[in-house]
Formats: sequence, C-alpha cells, structure tokens
Amino acid sequence: MSEQLLIQLLVSGLGMGFIFALIAIGLTLIYGVMGVVNFAHGEFLMLAMYGSYFAFASWGADPLVSLPFVAVAMFVFGVLVYYVLVRRVLQGAMYAQIFATFGLMVFLQALAQFSFGADYLAIRSSLLSGVVEIGSIVLPAPQLAAVVGASVATGLIYLLVFRTGIGRSLRAAAQDRQAAATLGINVDHMYALAWGIGAACVGVAGSLLSNFYPVFPRVGAVFVLAAYVVVALGGFGSVHGALVAGLAIGLLQVLAGFFVSSQLKFVPVYLLYLVVVLLRPRGLFGRN
Amino acid sequence: MTEISASESRFPRHVALAALLIALVLLPLGLGERPFELRMLTVIFLYAVLGHGWNVLGGYAGQTSIGHGVFLGIGAYTSTLLVLKLGVSPWLGMLAGGAMAALVGVLIGIPCFRLKGHYFVIATLVVAESAYQLFAAWDWIGGALGLQLPISPEGYAGLQFHRHKAGYYYVALGLLAAATGLMWWLQRSRFGFVLQAMRDDEDAVRSLGFSPLAYKLAAMALSAGIVGTAGVFYAQYVLFIDPASVLALHLSVLMALIPILGGAGTVAGPIVGAAVLVPISEYSRVWFSGSGRNADLLIYGLLIMLIAAYRPAGLVGMFSQSGEGGARRNKPAAREANAPANSG
Repeated sequence: MSEQLLIQLLVSGLGMGFIFALIAIGLTLIYGVMGVVNFAHGEFLMLAMYGSYFAFASWGADPLVSLPFVAVAMFVFGVLVYYVLVRRVLQGAMYAQIFATFGLMVFLQALAQFSFGADYLAIRSSLLSGVVEIGSIVLPAPQLAAVVGASVATGLIYLLVFRTGIGRSLRAAAQDRQAAATLGINVDHMYALAWGIGAACVGVAGSLLSNFYPVFPRVGAVFVLAAYVVVALGGFGSVHGALVAGLAIGLLQVLAGFFVSSQLKFVPVYLLYLVVVLLRPRGLFGRN
Repeated sequence: MTEISASESRFPRHVALAALLIALVLLPLGLGERPFELRMLTVIFLYAVLGHGWNVLGGYAGQTSIGHGVFLGIGAYTSTLLVLKLGVSPWLGMLAGGAMAALVGVLIGIPCFRLKGHYFVIATLVVAESAYQLFAAWDWIGGALGLQLPISPEGYAGLQFHRHKAGYYYVALGLLAAATGLMWWLQRSRFGFVLQAMRDDEDAVRSLGFSPLAYKLAAMALSAGIVGTAGVFYAQYVLFIDPASVLALHLSVLMALIPILGGAGTVAGPIVGAAVLVPISEYSRVWFSGSGRNADLLIYGLLIMLIAAYRPAGLVGMFSQSGEGGARRNKPAAREANAPANSG
C-alpha cells in the first residue's frame, strides 16, 4: 500500500517536474540567447491553457488534438512579443527590460480576467482523464501523459538547439552577438526565434497541464515562480540544468506537500533557491 | 507644463511648493461633502509614500526589488498585533512597524545582496512569496482569515476616523510631506550620492573605499522602514488586514511601478506616478462599475509597457532632459533600440 502510494507520488512529482522543466526551458532559452528574463512567462502559460480550454469547450477538440495548434499559435505570439515589445528595450537598462515584460504580465493577466472572468475553468472528461492501472498500481493518466509529452518536447528542443544548423546559429548568437552577425547570422531573427520557441514550450506545457489543472487568470503565477527557481537552480541559460532542476523541484514540491503541509508546499522550493544561489551563484549548471 | 531649467531661480519653486502644500491642507474643507475625492487623494498620498520607500532601494541604489510588499505587510501586522495583543497606541505601532520592517529588510538583504541582476530580482520575489505563504499558514497572527482591528473612538489618539475621514487625509499628507522631505535630503546628502554612484558603477565606488554592502543594507533599512510605516497607516485606514490585502505580489509590483512610471531615482517620480496611477485605477473601477474585472490593471499594464519601451526615464524624464539620475542612466535605450535590426 505505502509502496503504491510512493509510486503515485513519484509519478505525479515527475509529471509536475516535466511541466516545470518545459516552462523553465522556454525561460532559460530566452535568457541564454539574449539575457532577458521574461516575467510574463507564466501568463504565456495561462494563454496556452485558455487556448486548450476554449478549443475543448467550443469545438470539443481534446487538448491532445489542439496541442500542436496551441504550440504553433504560442510560437507566433512569442515572435510578436519580441518584435513589438522586447526589441525596443533590448539595449536599455536592466530595469526597463524587467518592467517591459512585467507590464506585459500585468496586462495579460488583467486581459484574461476582463475577458473570461476570475472563475476556475476545468476540462472534464478529456481523452486523458481517468487512470492507468498497471497491476495493483493505479496511476493518473494526465500526469503520465505530461511525463511522456513533456519529455518528447524536451527531446525535440534538445535536438533543435544542439543538432541542427538553426540551433547552431542560435547558440552562436547567444555566445557573441557581434561575431555571429559578422558570420552572416541574422541575430535579430535568432532572438525572435528564441522567443518563438520559448513560447511554444509553454504552449505544450499549457496543453498538457490543462488535462489536470484548472485555468484561471492567475494560474501563471503558481507555475512561473517555481520555473524561476528551476531556471536559477539549473543556471540561467542552461537547458540541461533546467531539465534536471525541473524534475528535482517537481518531486520536492509533491513530497513536501505530502509530508510537510500542502499549504506550504512551495516554501521548501523557494528556500532551496536561496540556498543554491548563495552557495553557487551561477546555479548548478550555470556558465560564467 | 514648461521645461524647468536648472538656471532658473530657486525662489519661485519654493513659493509654488508652499502654495501647493497650503492648498492641500485647506482642500478637505472644500471637499467635505465629496468622500470619493477625499479617499482618492488619501490613497494617492499613501501610494506616493510607498513609492518613495521603493525608490530609495530601487531608484537611488539601483537594486530592483519586486518583493517590497513584505515590508508593507510586516508594518501592518506589527502595529495591528501590538494593538490587538498589548493595546499599544498605533502611533507607537508606526515606529515599531517601521523599525521591524527595517530590521527584516536588513536580514533579507544580508544574503540577497550577494546576488546580482536577475538573481537578486527573483530572490526578492521568492522571499515575498514565501512570506505570503507563511503568514497565511500562521494561525497566531490570524492565518488566511486575517486580523480585524478593534474599533476605537474617533480621533488622532487612536488613529481611527469613522465619520470625518479628513483625519486620514491629514495623516497621509503628513507622512507624504515627511517622506518627500527625507528624499529631498537624500538626493543632496553624501549618503544619497554614494547610493547613486553605486548604482552607476559599483566597482568604482568600492575602489574609493566605500563598502557597497553596507550602503545597500542602509538603503534597504531606510526603504523598508518607510514602506513599513506606510503599512501601519494602511492597516489603520482599512481596519482589516489579511495576507491577500497586504502581502500579495501585485502590491510589490505596484510599489515598483509607481516610481518607475513617474521616474525612478527622482524626488518627484513617486508623487507623479501615484497621481497618475491612482486616479486611473479609481475611475476605471467606477466606470466599469466595480465588476472585479480589473480594468484598472489592464490600463496600467499597457502604460508600463509603453513607458518601458518608449520613455524608460519615466514621466519626470519627459520634462527634464538632463540632471535627474533615472533619465541619464536610461539614455542608451533610446539610442540603440534599433541596434539588433542593423546587425543582420
């Protein structure tokens, strides 16, 4: 019995962990390429979740079916945000950058509340609702799907960034903007691409999450704060770091919620952030 | 409004300020029958004080905090608990609240000031969010249900006004005048100069023999102390506090937005920012008939993006092209905004 419970906790921890990792990979990619923290990242997640919800509520499209569409729509949205907003503050003071995306956060959150109200909306009876039984162990299907879906998405991002020409250009732009430009890489396009991919990651995470988590205007804050912790823990700009740290945070949060207090389940996560950045100011896998 | 040139005589400015102050003191006599306007002005004063508080650390010392809600909460909780559990006067509570916030600020600052840039910003966010969750789970201080202040007789002694709200107006005006005076001093003091120099080039300041950490901690104490004191006023004004009303993330954001909108690192910035933001928020709440749909936040989200993208020096920076710190620091933003486009 307790063994079964432990496995269930591990699976739901990993499910959350992969979601955190996917959100964090988007953040860390944007930061790694151009040194900007997207404070509206949680609101990107919220938009993706509303997208999945309304696709389901209006057309009966299962989140699994709408996932690629949501991801593409979020990609386009990310590119737009880059060209309309981020590009203007790129060379400015750090706090102009912080507040540009902070303004976007406030705006998107208010827009969602204005348009959809503050109610919690949940998708019921999707393809992935219910449980999967393996022998005597009962596992929640949405969390299992999150594990599978998010690890596939993470794998694809990894291939794109580290095994393709576009990925090489992206990394070149991240390492040295001027040298990359001299070599004929359009740095501006690479920055836009980073925002597109970053937002698409959140699109996938939002789609998977909408199977087992309700959507409401402030849902982003719940996940993005943990994602910042993941990014900092893994080291700003490190994709591997975000993956490892995401899984660790997912497990820690679920275990703390179970063994300590469900009210305080994020406090150990936040404390971990402070301890890690103080001991290793660049995070576990951060570069100098 | 015309451009204020530095060479202009100081005398008319002082006269104008004195006239403004007298007008503000006399105003409630004329507004007696208009509670909406009285309330709005009181809230503007309160938010301007909060903005001044944030500005010490964020504007002058250049340490961007998105966790200052913690200090508002600590001030509010300290005085409310003193009133509830020990029957201490809220005026003493104001001192205690400010001192407690300053103390906690220093305790938070000691580890967090080792972090730079985004790591620091996120650390402030994380600390504030942890405080929210801890306060909401801590039953001795009311937990998520919050604390209700006992009703005391109307008047300045108990700092409660039930029928004649002008009392709150004057207390808020007094706090704002005190905080503005403090900022006026700060901008001209050696302490203030070191803070601004540290913001612009920390290594240079260190090489001159100043300890950046000590100055940051002092700035944090002053900043948190001002916000904590204002938090006590907030608790007395609303007479009910809970984690959602004094520790929520949006308060921390608002506290930073006010000086940024007005002009970070300037004396006038927080006042201008509050005078613009509060009416927008109050009127849009009226226009959209309090549907809880946050139309006010919609407008200020948009404003912040526009300001960050087009006027990073804030509204004050639009009128004075040189001189004020916030304006100078952000100039490269305007000049090189198109740089990435040229590199392809």
